[in-house]
Amino acid sequence: MKNRWIALYVENQVGVLAKVSGLFSAKSYNLQTLTVGTTERDDVSRMTISVMADDATFEQIKKQLNAMVEVIKVIDLTTLPIHMKEILYAKVSALKPEGKTEAFQIAQVFNQGGNVKIVDIGEDSVLFECTLTERKNNELVALLKSRFKKIEVTRGGAVAVESISSSCR
Amino acid sequence: MALNITGRKLFVKALKEEGVDTIFAYPGGMITDIIDELYKTEGINVVLGRHEQALVHEAEGYARATGKTAVVLVTSGPGATNTITGIADAYYDSIPMVIFTGQVPLHLIGNDAFQEVDIVGMTRSITKYGVTVRNRDDMGKIIKMGFQIASTGKPGPVLIDIPKDIQTISGDPEYPEHVDIRGYHPNETVHIGQLKKAYRLLKTAKQPLLLAGGGVRIAGAEDKLVKFAEKMNIPVTTTIMAKGVMPEDHPLFIGNCGMHGRYAANKAVTECDVLFSIGTRFNDRITGELDEFAPKAKIVHVDIASASISRNVSVDVPVTADAKIALERLVEYAERIECKEWLTEIKAWEAEHPLSMPKSKIGVCPQDVCEAISEVFPNANIVTDVGQHQMWATQFIQLNKGQEFITSGGLGTMGFGFPAAIGASIGNPHKPVVLITGDGGFQMNMQEMATAMSNKHQIIICIFNNSNLGMVRQMQQLFYGKRYEITDLSSSDGHYYPDFMEWANSYSCKGIRITNDEEIKSALNEAKANKKGPTVLEFIVSPDDLVLPMVKSGTPLSDMILR
Ligand SMILES: Cc1ncc(C[n+]2csc(CCOP(=O)(O)OP(=O)(O)O)c2C)c(N)n1
Ligand SMILES: [Mg+2]
Repeated sequence: MKNRWIALYVENQVGVLAKVSGLFSAKSYNLQTLTVGTTERDDVSRMTISVMADDATFEQIKKQLNAMVEVIKVIDLTTLPIHMKEILYAKVSALKPEGKTEAFQIAQVFNQGGNVKIVDIGEDSVLFECTLTERKNNELVALLKSRFKKIEVTRGGAVAVESISSSCR
Repeated sequence: MALNITGRKLFVKALKEEGVDTIFAYPGGMITDIIDELYKTEGINVVLGRHEQALVHEAEGYARATGKTAVVLVTSGPGATNTITGIADAYYDSIPMVIFTGQVPLHLIGNDAFQEVDIVGMTRSITKYGVTVRNRDDMGKIIKMGFQIASTGKPGPVLIDIPKDIQTISGDPEYPEHVDIRGYHPNETVHIGQLKKAYRLLKTAKQPLLLAGGGVRIAGAEDKLVKFAEKMNIPVTTTIMAKGVMPEDHPLFIGNCGMHGRYAANKAVTECDVLFSIGTRFNDRITGELDEFAPKAKIVHVDIASASISRNVSVDVPVTADAKIALERLVEYAERIECKEWLTEIKAWEAEHPLSMPKSKIGVCPQDVCEAISEVFPNANIVTDVGQHQMWATQFIQLNKGQEFITSGGLGTMGFGFPAAIGASIGNPHKPVVLITGDGGFQMNMQEMATAMSNKHQIIICIFNNSNLGMVRQMQQLFYGKRYEITDLSSSDGHYYPDFMEWANSYSCKGIRITNDEEIKSALNEAKANKKGPTVLEFIVSPDDLVLPMVKSGTPLSDMILR
């Protein structure tokens, strides 16, 4: 079992998301994340999907997706150079003053070029906004959980695009 | 530009341009406009069933008998939900069909309006494509897409949901000749390198075996298959969905394989060194326990759907192609393989355990009935329901060229047989249809007798009445210590209901009850003489008769229960 990535061009129509996600539930495929948004063309959406699967199952998933009328193109991103980011919000509350300071330190350490910021603050709480790779986000969440008692995490799921000449995943 | 026309007019125009001359329909509030348009239309036979599930099975039988794409029209809500079993059946047996459902007007969708259901959502996993027409001007394009998708590649059902207001709004009058669908590219070629590789592998075999599935029939590649087998001199086994693709008296044909396959065929699958399979999805009824399926063989798999390849069985040489395109090439390559010993070995297995049923004390012997049907009706299309009688039919009916064997293979839907037989007879009115059905499954759609009577075609309804849900009872007998829970269909007063003879009479239809082997032929001949409608033949069968051999679900094909 390995984590795999697929980008999917689909018709931007009612029911397509249900059809794609329905495949994963109907066949018991282990879907990790699925994001979707429109592209430069109004009538085409692009999905980024990550799934845990062995080789045979993953081949099957790609074939099944390809067989759908609404799916225009399937791209296997697993071994391609890509840029990938996920937006994450983490609200840390019930902070003592030292805690607050530590939160800022953490943000500072993780931050590279503005991709981790504290964007909101209250008497005893702060809000992280991160645009990191999924793995980096996992690490940040793990750290926050180990340091603070009360945290709330909202994640957007990863979005990926094929590289031009550099990559980041 | 031509003048705009209403949706209902465009609907009929589309059917005409698709060459549709028969549709299967049941009315209701959300399709009254289309129905009214059909009233004004000549040249389309509108078949009224008595239940929407049966209607879809009728359409399936029609598609199987004619090779055409069948068309179904039903109303929204309950009309639509009633079709679901039929649609699933058509999906699993790859039957080309377009189902039109009425829908509440656009502005009411989502309101839980009267008779509103999300039928596109409900059928998403059992249709090749499904869509609601939301713009009148898209209607022509969508219907064209529907017919293209249903009938090409691996065929299947397409559902088109048409809101009531779309049917009356005026819009684009054009019905396109072709639509480019950017996400749909059915396979129309074959990778020659891969096919040659497959052929070379087959050529090295000492114990080769061809396994043909329903895809060979769907592609119309029967003759090519026979030719290929003959030129190469290799034996052929089939799945149930391919029954009849090779004449059953052909010296290279060794019978069906699978759960109730022939002993020799299942042995051959187990012992072969190259299994060359075409147009099968290797479902569990064919393979038995997967890990021990064809354990000694390298496997070639030719299938039009790449998603069918290496899904269940891991394959050494995959070839994504239409069976006919692949076989046309293969016939060119084919050179004889010398495998006399292998053929002799298969013959010896056949002699060791030939297919034959012991005669029981009660009633008629199902084998004798099937053999008599083959003899008396050498040209009829054969339709079955689901159960023991179905398996006996696959074992003992001998098909000739031009005879279709129409059965519910993928979904195994009880209630399929009778309506499918009616549909087959509507598609081919001059060909007799013999239905082989169980008493249980027949009762699931026997209301269709009214449909059969209105169409007046020759259907010989052979009810194998063992007064039980025989197939399940067989499992109880063999694996559950004869604890016969809810499989006995006779009533607590000891009678069997209904009395099929009186029931037939109530439809002004002739019924004959056959209780011993001597009466089989004369009853069939009497039915043969009645060319103007259905005849009911009730064959009394012992509930203890078993379908053998049997491979218990989840065990290897080589573990056959033989007696
Ligand atoms: C709609 C449906 N319900 C239940 C089943 C399970 N089932 C398979 S065969 C069978 C018994 C069929 O009985 P009958 O039609 O009398 O045929 P027989 O096996 O007795 O020949 C049943 C209940 C099924 N296949 N389809
Ligand atoms: Mg029965």
